[in-house]
Amino acid sequence: MANLQSLDIRRRSATTTTPPSQRETVPIAKLIDVSRCIGCKACQSACLEWNDLREEIGVNVGVYDNPHDLTENTWTLMRFTEIDVDGRFEWLIRKDGCMHCDDPGCLKACPAPGAIVQYKNGIVDFVSENCIGCGYCVKGCPFNIPRISAKDQKAYKCTLCSDRVAVGQAPACAKVCPTQAISFGTKSDMVAWADHRIADLKERGYKNAGLYNPAGVGGTHVMYVLKHLDKPEIYAGLPKDPKISPLVELWKGITKPILLAGVGLAALATFFHYVTHGPNEVQTEDEEAAEKMRRDKAA
Amino acid sequence: MAEHNNILDRYTPGARLNHWINAILMICLALSGMSLFHPSLYFLSDLFGGGVWTRIIHPWMGVVAMLSFLGLVIRFWRFNLWTKDDSAWMKNINHVMSGDEAKVPEAGKYNAGQKLVFWSLCVLTILLLTSGLALWDSQFGHLLTIEQKRLAAVVHALSAVALIAVVITHIYAAIWIRGTIRGMTRGSVTGGWAWRHHRKWLREEVGKAK
Repeated sequence: MANLQSLDIRRRSATTTTPPSQRETVPIAKLIDVSRCIGCKACQSACLEWNDLREEIGVNVGVYDNPHDLTENTWTLMRFTEIDVDGRFEWLIRKDGCMHCDDPGCLKACPAPGAIVQYKNGIVDFVSENCIGCGYCVKGCPFNIPRISAKDQKAYKCTLCSDRVAVGQAPACAKVCPTQAISFGTKSDMVAWADHRIADLKERGYKNAGLYNPAGVGGTHVMYVLKHLDKPEIYAGLPKDPKISPLVELWKGITKPILLAGVGLAALATFFHYVTHGPNEVQTEDEEAAEKMRRDKAA
Repeated sequence: MAEHNNILDRYTPGARLNHWINAILMICLALSGMSLFHPSLYFLSDLFGGGVWTRIIHPWMGVVAMLSFLGLVIRFWRFNLWTKDDSAWMKNINHVMSGDEAKVPEAGKYNAGQKLVFWSLCVLTILLLTSGLALWDSQFGHLLTIEQKRLAAVVHALSAVALIAVVITHIYAAIWIRGTIRGMTRGSVTGGWAWRHHRKWLREEVGKAK
């Protein structure tokens, strides 16, 4: 959304050369401790407020999720799940939104140069003025996060408040969270804090408690402390082992240069054929033979 | 039968118009598609007014191209039915490639290579149309799952490259075999050209003459 940190870009979509990356910054992370979340949705409100977005008034269909899904305005959403875990009722509340993958599938899929950037601090940001609205990022994302606006056909998602982080502020959701379920800091600090929280949860009997920082996408810069890390799917479909789809890897990986080379070689092959075999020209004898055939028929 | 001064009609003005509408659209589709396929070719999107315009008009050009291709199929399919001679022709393709057509069976209106171009274009067009509609988010985005669209993206890229390779072959053949292009620009070919490359067709045309 905001392209403020122009000297510390680690990756830039549809760019084959090194983007401006002279400045070094420390990787950051947002840690969402699901066990401390009370589902107040202050983070959702703060997100709308800071980013000057407004969600349409929706319809209640009997669940707490409001709105029902992420939208081009709602970049973070509380997802509520009522479930029996090991014979005990639990109310799981997960703040969904962009995970800021270290290996972002959206960026890999994006065909527009500079429409998606990954800063050295780990934030994956959509630079909307470069977005062409093709929706490839939606196909690239392993978490189903980006949403295409009906208004301008551009893709939108959580920026991890890149504009706030750039000036040393925590993301709006972290700032507003009343139970400190959302913390923000360097990634190493957040991992250390998560370890402390996990030890506490294990002491309280949650033996499968752990940190959700999936390796399949190189780790994420939004991490969860989960009481049930062994089955993340119960948290409203959080994928157990997310990775960029093999189809996207096929589409955007090695096939890209190979297919391009294939087209180039096909063109080159025809040229080489021409310079070795020359043009195939109609000879005078051919014309005479045809003429003879015509005359024989007429006769 | 129009055979004046050893000249044969090959394509009607309608067929020529249809072919060139299709050709122009296919080239525009290839250029705009390639611009979104590889970052090194993104500059091609400037030909269409930038990335956003490329994204907007590529599918519409695709729809019109498909309609015009349908016109070509209706015009030409019956001349492209495969025969035993075509298999023999294909087996001796190396002679054709070295310009020695005397060693292959006489070709009708189209030889086996041209028929192969025709049918592969038909198959690839169907693949491109279906996968292209699946990727057209602004029109049909809500109808498909993300996984289906991922598959569509792969199919679209692979079949587009295959189609471009077929079209390169098609264009080169027209350049290499002298006297071919006038068939599609002026509508006629010389008797000698037909004798040399499509003798069976020449016999049929001469036979029809009164």
